Order: sequence, then structure tokens, then C-alpha cells
Amino acid sequence: MTIEELVLKIQKALPGADVYAQDLTGAGNHFEAVVVSDALVGKSRLQRHRLVMDPFLEDMKGPLHALTIKTYTQEEWANV
Amino acid sequence: MTHEEALKAIDEQVKKQDLLVFMKGTTDFPMCGFSGRVVQIFRALGREPVGINVLENDALRNGVKEYSNWPTIPQIYVKGEFIGGCDITVEMAQSGELQKLLDEKLGPAKKA
Repeated sequence: MTIEELVLKIQKALPGADVYAQDLTGAGNHFEAVVVSDALVGKSRLQRHRLVMDPFLEDMKGPLHALTIKTYTQEEWANV
Repeated sequence: MTHEEALKAIDEQVKKQDLLVFMKGTTDFPMCGFSGRVVQIFRALGREPVGINVLENDALRNGVKEYSNWPTIPQIYVKGEFIGGCDITVEMAQSGELQKLLDEKLGPAKKA
């Protein structure tokens, strides 16, 4: 998986989200992503992670080993 | 172990253990950085988790992902409630929420 593919998948699940992603190994199997979206307002941590992770359930069975994520609403992100 | 047996064994452990981590390796010899980190976090808070090594058994490793509907290991349960994986545990520890949750659900930690 490439960074572009990863970002597009997240943005498809959360339209309009800002996604800042890094490929930690350079091998396309271990990513870190910061996801900023107001679709996350009022959601618990678990719900937020599920929303971001859901598009990757199939990928996680094979090529994708790890996806570390941090989630923020626009307001939270502005105050980081 | 069949898939059904694995799901049953997982369910039994989730309901039985106060602080449970499905992990790669054991609590004393984690075989994945993410699994090791959550064990360290709990120990720093004076809690000793029960670790279940999913590498011992493919039915267990696949079963727990289905059981929790969560694609990665580690997976953390407190008093039968799914908390999340490594990222969520780290965030909750940093914000102080984790300690609060553990105190509420399990009572005060023993002095380290």
C-alpha cells in the first residue's frame, strides 16, 4: 500500500478529513496517520478508531501489518 | 482448536479476567513493540495484566480479531469491556483516563 492509497481510503470513509500519513518502514506495511475530521465530534476513542480502521480490515489480514493512528476533531487539532 | 472452540475460550477469559491483554508473546517476553508497550503502561500504573499469547494458536489469533471486531493485536479488556488497542491505551494513559478507569473498575492499585 502507498501513502496515497492509505490517505484516499481514510478520506473515502471520512469525507473532507485531513490526513497526515507516514510510511514508517518504507515497505508499505507499517503506517502512522493523524486524522483530523469533524465527523469524529462526540465519538468515543473506540468509535473513532473503528471509523478510521474499518476500511483496512481486509488489508490487515495481509499486506498491512500496522496502522498507528491519532484522531482529532478540527477544534482539538487547533488546540494541540 | 476449532474456530468455535477458540471463540468460546476467548469469551470465557474476557469474562473471567479483570485486566486482560491479547498479545504477541507473553507479559514477561513480549514479541511485538505494541504488545510490550501496553504491558509497560499497566505495570507503570501498578497493574499486572493477564496476557494471552495469540502466537500460540492460529485459531486464537484469528478468533480474537473476529470476537472484538478489531483487526490488530494487542487488544485490551477491562472487566469484560473492550478498551481498544495500543494507540487508545497510550492516549488514555497520557490523559489520565486510563488510571481513572482502572481505579473505578478494579479498585485502587497496589503500591508498586
